[in-house]
Amino acid sequence: MTPTTPTAPTAHAANRGVTDAPLLAAAGLHKSYGATPALAGADFEIRGGEIVAVMGPSGSGKSTLLHCLAGIVSPEAGTVHYQGQELTALSDARRSALRRSDFGFVFQFGQLVPELTCLENVALPLRLAGTRRREAEARAAEWLQRLEVADVAAKRPGEVSGGQGQRVAIARALAPRPRVVFADEPTGALDSLNGERAMQLLTAAARDTGAAVVLVTHEVRVAAYSDREVVVRDGRATTSAVAL
Amino acid sequence: MTIGHTLLGLLESGPRHGYDLKRAFDERFGHDRPLHYGQVYATMARLLKNGLVEVEGIEAGEGPDRKRYAITDAGVTDVEQWLAQPERPEPYLQSALYTKVVVALLTGRSAQDILDTQRSEHLRLMRELTRRKAGGDLPDQLICDHALFHLEADMRWLELTAARIDQLAEELTR
Repeated sequence: MTPTTPTAPTAHAANRGVTDAPLLAAAGLHKSYGATPALAGADFEIRGGEIVAVMGPSGSGKSTLLHCLAGIVSPEAGTVHYQGQELTALSDARRSALRRSDFGFVFQFGQLVPELTCLENVALPLRLAGTRRREAEARAAEWLQRLEVADVAAKRPGEVSGGQGQRVAIARALAPRPRVVFADEPTGALDSLNGERAMQLLTAAARDTGAAVVLVTHEVRVAAYSDREVVVRDGRATTSAVAL
Repeated sequence: MTIGHTLLGLLESGPRHGYDLKRAFDERFGHDRPLHYGQVYATMARLLKNGLVEVEGIEAGEGPDRKRYAITDAGVTDVEQWLAQPERPEPYLQSALYTKVVVALLTGRSAQDILDTQRSEHLRLMRELTRRKAGGDLPDQLICDHALFHLEADMRWLELTAARIDQLAEELTR
């Protein structure tokens, strides 16, 4: 097992109030799909407010690591602790509740509900958390404004461009003010200019709200928006040297 | 310093004469630019003076190529430090990196560690440029983008080499 070397917050990260204690920590994760091992003793740590890129070749296990960290997939061995509580020991219902209240998700494709308008999509997680419609939609509108896509509020996801849709998805992930945002190849379907802007807006919003970001990417230019990177190779995660 | 470190690395597998070293260097790294004998002797004289190699024996006859050199403990440490130190990220550094990877494989060190260290160094600079871009005007952004695209190309080479490291090790030891 490759240990994750504890690293101090980077100078840049420390300026943003990155906490010392890990917010989310995984140790010795193992997960296989059939006979194929996806994780073989992966360790990981992220502190509050930190942006960590998870990199590695295709099939190295980086998406599986993200799914285990987010409680979407249960590892066969190993533990995931969130704020000191063991995620792997929670019931499915408790884990789902935690995902709704504390975690936000941005994926490469298809996370928006096609029947709802963009505004309703962003308001949806707030409504599910019990916020009244008017307030939820007002907050959703603010987030669309912040992500520079206020003009698509009344449109459905099928009527907007890929870049706009991804910004709506980022707004939806951040609107409930999650403690951790899981972003899996968030720019994978975008051209480089739209991808850059999406990353600038995502990281700026996460920094403003103090959310930690687990950023799975194979693109180094996207990884350059992080505070540090973790490389997953053959199902094991190695923490790199601390960045500036 | 790369030639000196490379010759030191080649000496790690055992003592060699100057002409042997030149041949081994040219075979591995000198396809376009083979070493001159003069370069080898000047480099060995410097390494000898700095205590990084010692003369293990001298064959009868004339000329410096009669000396048989062996690496010293200080020389091994010097190679270690050179391999562990990432190269300054800049375009067209692949020859220095490639040399380090090959020397690591030939001397039984981790080539993967060298690639990982370099990846971190590249990303460190890419983060710096990305932050500079965020606060810069358009000309500044375009200047940063130019550097970022070059660094990205290096990173692709690092990934590709990491993926083929076992194959390269096999070929080198054939």
